[in-house]
Amino acid sequence: MRYLPLTDTDRSDMLAKIGASSIDDLFVDVPEVARLDGPIRDLPMHASEMAVERHMKGLANKNLAAGDAPFFLGAGAYRHHVPASVDTIIQRGEFLTAYTPYQPEIAQGTLQMLFEFQTQVARLYGCAVANASLYDGSTACWEAVAMATRVTKRNKAVLSGSLHPHYSEVVKTMAQFTGEEIATAQPAITPEPNLDTLTSRIDDETACVVVQYPDILGRISDLSKVADAAHAKGALLVVVNTEPVALGAIKSPGEMGADIVVGEGQALGVGLQFGGPYLGLFAVRDPKHVRQMPGRLCGETVDATGKRGFVLTLSTREQHIRREKATSNICTNSGLCALAFSAHMTLLGEKGLRRLAAENHRLACVAADRLSAVAGVELLNNAFFNEFTLMLDGKPARDIVRGLADRGVLGGVSLGRLYPGVEALQQALLVTVTEMTTEEDIETLATELEAILKEPAQ
Amino acid sequence: MNAPNKSGWKPAMEVADATGESPTTTGNRALMLEEPLLFEIGHAEQTGVDLPEVNSNAANRLGGFERTDPIGLVGLTEPETVRHYTRLSRQNYGIDLGFFPLGSCTMKHNPRLNEKMARLPGFADIHPLAPQSSVQGALEVIDQLATWLKTLTGMPAVAMSPKAGAHGELCGILAIRAAHTAAGNPREVVLVPESAHGTNPATAAFAGYKVDNIPATPEGRVDVEALKARLGPDVAAVMITNPNTCGLFEKDFREIADAVHEVGGYVYCDGANFNAIVGRVRPGDLGVDAMHINLHKTFSTPHGGGGPGSGPVVFSEALAPFAPLPYVEKDANGEFTIVEEETTDADHQTFGRMTAFHGQMGMFTRALTYMLSHGADGLKQVAEDAVLNANYILRSLEDILHAPFADSGPCMHEALFGDKDFGGGLSTLDLAKGLIDEGYHPMTVYFPLVVHGAMLVEPTETESKASIDQFITAFRSVTERALAGDETLKQAPYFAPRRRLDETAAARKPKLVWEAPEE
Repeated sequence: MRYLPLTDTDRSDMLAKIGASSIDDLFVDVPEVARLDGPIRDLPMHASEMAVERHMKGLANKNLAAGDAPFFLGAGAYRHHVPASVDTIIQRGEFLTAYTPYQPEIAQGTLQMLFEFQTQVARLYGCAVANASLYDGSTACWEAVAMATRVTKRNKAVLSGSLHPHYSEVVKTMAQFTGEEIATAQPAITPEPNLDTLTSRIDDETACVVVQYPDILGRISDLSKVADAAHAKGALLVVVNTEPVALGAIKSPGEMGADIVVGEGQALGVGLQFGGPYLGLFAVRDPKHVRQMPGRLCGETVDATGKRGFVLTLSTREQHIRREKATSNICTNSGLCALAFSAHMTLLGEKGLRRLAAENHRLACVAADRLSAVAGVELLNNAFFNEFTLMLDGKPARDIVRGLADRGVLGGVSLGRLYPGVEALQQALLVTVTEMTTEEDIETLATELEAILKEPAQ
Repeated sequence: MNAPNKSGWKPAMEVADATGESPTTTGNRALMLEEPLLFEIGHAEQTGVDLPEVNSNAANRLGGFERTDPIGLVGLTEPETVRHYTRLSRQNYGIDLGFFPLGSCTMKHNPRLNEKMARLPGFADIHPLAPQSSVQGALEVIDQLATWLKTLTGMPAVAMSPKAGAHGELCGILAIRAAHTAAGNPREVVLVPESAHGTNPATAAFAGYKVDNIPATPEGRVDVEALKARLGPDVAAVMITNPNTCGLFEKDFREIADAVHEVGGYVYCDGANFNAIVGRVRPGDLGVDAMHINLHKTFSTPHGGGGPGSGPVVFSEALAPFAPLPYVEKDANGEFTIVEEETTDADHQTFGRMTAFHGQMGMFTRALTYMLSHGADGLKQVAEDAVLNANYILRSLEDILHAPFADSGPCMHEALFGDKDFGGGLSTLDLAKGLIDEGYHPMTVYFPLVVHGAMLVEPTETESKASIDQFITAFRSVTERALAGDETLKQAPYFAPRRRLDETAAARKPKLVWEAPEE
């Protein structure tokens, strides 16, 4: 067995040193009822590298990879080009096979990287401080709600109807157990988000209002209006961003008054990976809120000789010190995804990120124009970045997405998949365009969409 | 290979007092290279990606929200980027470099076939909301991995979506709370042994429970009588780690489980230490109702400097209906489908959704690759070699180092020591830093809390005997210094990229982001 270095001679010598006659002697404390007489049945025996590779490739080949089809999906997971060097960097064994940096003298690589990552995220979000990552955007969203209740000592969260429904579900799930009151709504199909409706739901009991930017329909809100309304009631504004590339083109949530900014960092460096592992980003605008933050924080310090170095810090917030009084139970986070994000962001830099964002937006505009020229298709959004909503005449968008897939086109995300049973949303199709999308892809989608819409309903 | 210096290294006092002033112009020491912060070497105008220039006159549809102020990011070209991160990587210790006996963390070798398989475009480049007909292979991976996990644990159901161990704990406790709530009363208390991981009480508190600690016996196991005395209709669950954090098998686990079930409570098992028993003992045979499995421990997915992890949770029949969404089912035609909010049926009383998508797919492909490589026979050997290595370390050090539970029977996957008899005010931390100079990542220190100056050594099964023997030699040498009160240990490490770092200063005035120095 290729991963097990002990030889049978080693095993005998070691048992002799221990004073055991067989390996079974070391398992004597296992109760009789749980002892097995050999390898667990109903599972295969060990296999060669070649055989395993064949099995896994067989499974992989049953999937249609995004790169093998015109591809227009987003809704919280985005396909961008990841420079080749990012993957070689994260495969450095010293990063890949390290642990959480509990011994900082021999973990300065991870720690310095995290300090740089925190700085990049804070600047991207227009915030003072960011943490060293959480699991993903949806769990970061819940952590933000929980933090807002700690800061304001209030118990109610108002979620915008235009927040990703899976994020709302995560928040609602957690709140059933922790006792927060969560006010949700359905998205209204309007060219612009109705902020008056949202702000009218904020009251004196509200800990925070949670807004996605750009929102689940791809629309861009004037966050400053929501910030003013929230702050007037003593509530915090939590802004959720699922597409960090957008912030190379549109104002940061921090500069528009958000108090806590969270998001999904997957779009940079991480890849689609069928939904995980992803990268939860978490930042606060006001440094005084740092001690209420969840998750690891990396800070600068000096060593015994005065040289600059980095350590995990403010651990008294965390579970391994505070146990049941911790700000969160999180332990392992998304360290390697943070490295991928940070390395990609380093390759882009300010200039590259702005160019990337501009190219995404340019192509999205091309696609919006071309697709809304198809008969029976209407563009909903007044404003968008790289994702917009199309209203389809006649047929449910879910059927159209399936029909497109049968024709080899991954044509978008139907809101019917995200909001099953909500009648008003069944005609809506969310289309995402990135720098990976070609003008030929857009043409193919338009042509196939036209063909499907023309087909008589079954 | 050079012969080991049996007497060990002892720094001369003048070295110990060194101010750290660099003897070289650059501050580098040959292969030990200093690396500035990204923000000190990058520029806003530099980039390592070729993209079209921005046409600032082009019309846009951003609704008037253009970002006009500088973001404050800096870039590097590709050669500079690769060098920056390569230099940083060399200031890190990883399993690839050497022995990493961090107790409770299972730092085993990460097979590279896992990495290769996870990067197949059919796994790496598929969207979580892609039409289900286009991702049948991915759903089959989830289904196959689920089958392995259920079979290895002897449990009937598994939730795949939790993102890491602590998230899995939360999943288990939320299912327990949902089950109690469905029965009319969520109950109030979760019992946690005092030797538990910090995540256990944090999780129980997060789920709205009061946490009561259960003491350990002098032999390092849960005090069964104390636990039984505390049981009652207010107890929702017990959370027990097995094998426990003292490295021992909880031999009364079945009896504990029966007693908990008797009062209508559930048994949560923290599966962080599953590596010791994988393929040899099925937790389902011990009366477990829920247990998370750290794929990044037992099933070899890389720790990545602090994640990503993956924490699927196996459930008993009683808890299975409450499992979170989404999950994968196979229909009568052999097609795999994702069960989400809309498709749940009356039999499922799911407590809801814990994460946006399906869990850590990238870790699933790695873990399945690993399981297929080892097979049922190999996994059994994994547990046996891991336990053998730990016992070998325990019996090779117990004559010199306080081993509080050495008489409690064989240890499982990890050996626990304490700092009793250290001289000159030296502590576990000093010994750990001394091990760094000897070229090792230290063991887990000061955990579990039930042993003074705890040192938890987990070798895993992927170390050779030669590697372990060398570690024992080094550990003995540093221990002798600690027992003798060798003051030079107080300033260790001497040879790491940094000397001891001031954590107090870091916390007193937190500096968490880079800021340009004032002109």
